[in-house]
Amino acid sequence: MADLSVKLGGLELKNPVMTASGTFGYGLEFADFVNLEEIGGIIMKGTTIEHREGNPYPRMAEIPMGMINAVGMQNKGVHYFAENIYPKVKDIDTNMIVNLGGTTLESYVECAKVVNGLDKIPAIELNISCPNQRSTGGGGMAWGVDPVSAAEVVEAVRKVYDKTLIVKLTPNVTDIVSIAKAVESAGADAVSLINTVLGMAIDIEKQKPVISTKTGGMSGPAVKPLALRMVWQVAHAVNIPVVGLGGIMKAEDAIEFLLAGATAVEIGTANFVDPAVTVKVAKGINEYLDRKGYKSVNEIIGLV
Amino acid sequence: MVKKHILDLKVSANIKMNDKFILLKLTSGEKLPEMLPGQFVEVRVDGNNDVFLRRPISINFVDEETNELWLLIQLVGKGTRTLAKLTEGDMVNVVLPLGNGFSPVVKGEQVLLIGGGAGTAPLLLYGKKLVEGGAVPTFLLGARSAADVLELDEFKKYGDVYVTTEDGSLGEKGFVTNHSVLTSQKFTRISTCGPKPMMVSVAKYAKANGVKCEASLENMMACGLGACLCCVENTTEGHLCVCKDGPVFNIEKLLWQI
Ligand SMILES: Cc1cc2nc3c(=O)[nH]c(=O)nc-3n(C[C@H](O)[C@H](O)[C@H](O)COP(=O)(O)OP(=O)(O)OC[C@H]3O[C@@H](n4cnc5c(N)ncnc54)[C@H](O)[C@@H]3O)c2cc1C
Ligand SMILES: Cc1cc2nc3c(=O)[nH]c(=O)nc-3n(C[C@H](O)[C@H](O)[C@H](O)COP(=O)(O)O)c2cc1C
Ligand code: FES
Repeated sequence: MADLSVKLGGLELKNPVMTASGTFGYGLEFADFVNLEEIGGIIMKGTTIEHREGNPYPRMAEIPMGMINAVGMQNKGVHYFAENIYPKVKDIDTNMIVNLGGTTLESYVECAKVVNGLDKIPAIELNISCPNQRSTGGGGMAWGVDPVSAAEVVEAVRKVYDKTLIVKLTPNVTDIVSIAKAVESAGADAVSLINTVLGMAIDIEKQKPVISTKTGGMSGPAVKPLALRMVWQVAHAVNIPVVGLGGIMKAEDAIEFLLAGATAVEIGTANFVDPAVTVKVAKGINEYLDRKGYKSVNEIIGLV
Repeated sequence: MVKKHILDLKVSANIKMNDKFILLKLTSGEKLPEMLPGQFVEVRVDGNNDVFLRRPISINFVDEETNELWLLIQLVGKGTRTLAKLTEGDMVNVVLPLGNGFSPVVKGEQVLLIGGGAGTAPLLLYGKKLVEGGAVPTFLLGARSAADVLELDEFKKYGDVYVTTEDGSLGEKGFVTNHSVLTSQKFTRISTCGPKPMMVSVAKYAKANGVKCEASLENMMACGLGACLCCVENTTEGHLCVCKDGPVFNIEKLLWQI
């Protein structure tokens, strides 16, 4: 048995496998299938300051090797989370991480302040793929598509948040390395990537887009090569740990991300196909390390 | 809450009902877990690279004597057509049981179960459970024509069965909501499952006549577990997940134009 523990800044994971936000609920939905405490970290459903109903149905299209979604951050707001969900998840013995989204700078900051007060939440994953809805500038573009606005939101949250701050990057940019560097300078403890890739599906019988919002975010194995390339590029450019995700279905995929430079991985869409996939991936990484004669997972991070 | 499982089940039979429907019977070396009528399973479709997600299918029947789970499947696309190729002895991976089923059985109730197309599937197990609980189910099944009326002999084991077909080849001609049983008999409540336009007219009938009514929805799903929020329906409580909060909803909760 190799040592699977890794560190993301001050955050200790018992193994490098986490769940991707929006694909694992609050963890509890999967408790019949896996022992949640065998997962390195559970990144919960995206949370915003306000209650959001999300986008109209239909919100999903299947594609070969993946799916497109446009859920639109449906959640009951961070205060509801703190009062009703936090008590149910706080004693699960793993890292229960809040994925935090927003519209305006203030909405991110206010939400982060509330999460900062929750003792058993050791980290935030900051989702900067949300549209920037400040009245001037921005113009609905995602916060994370421009190094300046990306750094601005990270800096603002950093000021009010003391624990581990992971910043989740969007792949829908021309130069992801410049964004990663900008959020590193702004105080991120780690970056995670990738969020979903903008995509589209059309119903040829109805001659209409399948999803109500017309376009949506692609995930699943279809995006893995793109994700792996970006993780490799970013891992070689920043000095903070990188969390890799996008299309991981099995241990071999996760190992590719570790070799490319990721310190940990997240598993998303694969949970829909196999609700027990997370612990299988952790086990598979261990088997690989044993077979190759490594004592710790840290020895393979960034070998490529 | 009934515990959920991921199981590899063995195909004990794959019966071609007609050119559009199969009845897939699955069994296990161990006793099948508890499943409630109206709940569903998520079937993994192997052997077709275009099919990525599992397919939600209602629990049609659980035969406790033979330890078999029945799935009645309409062949509409790539996933279901791939399932149609399964043969005896093949293994199928399923996640089950999912969702909340139909209302608990109340002794003495007169329940009308209205189904259309593949929507008749979950009504069979519910009919059996109603009888076991001392209630009286009556079935009203709608189809395009006689060849599409499925499992008639099975339904007849548990109650009176009335049929409508669009072409009049079996039972009364027309739609379920025009059937004479609706005027000739009184029911304490209605449970319905089928194409949305049919369920909407059933809901309208129920509302107009002051009969309690619940409908089982079939929104597109990804996880089936309440994790992805893809399957939502607009309700008086906002967006609810059909997979977790349903698939059965009281029609008063739905924001349908009824
Ligand atoms: C809770 C629930 C229970 C269900 N129970 C049954 C059942 O007992 N028997 C049965 O035959 N079917 C049932 N369905 C519908 C079944 O899931 C779909 O028909 C199936 O997923 C289609 O897969 P496919 O790959 O063959 O079709 P695809 O190739 O994915 O699509 C073909 C066409 O089928 C339609 N379609 C796809 N998914 C659905 C859906 N969820 N609802 C309606 N239309 C759809 C699409 O409009 C598409 O044009 C149920 C659905 C739900 C949500
Ligand atoms: C249904 C769905 C909902 C998602 N919701 C969120 C979210 O709320 N916040 C977020 O940062 N990412 C969200 N994501 C993106 C995933 O966390 C992940 O970045 C992406 O799916 C790629 O990983 P995968 O291929 O393993 O799924 C969502 C993805 C899916 C499929
Ligand atoms: S299908 Fe994922 S929440 Fe219902």
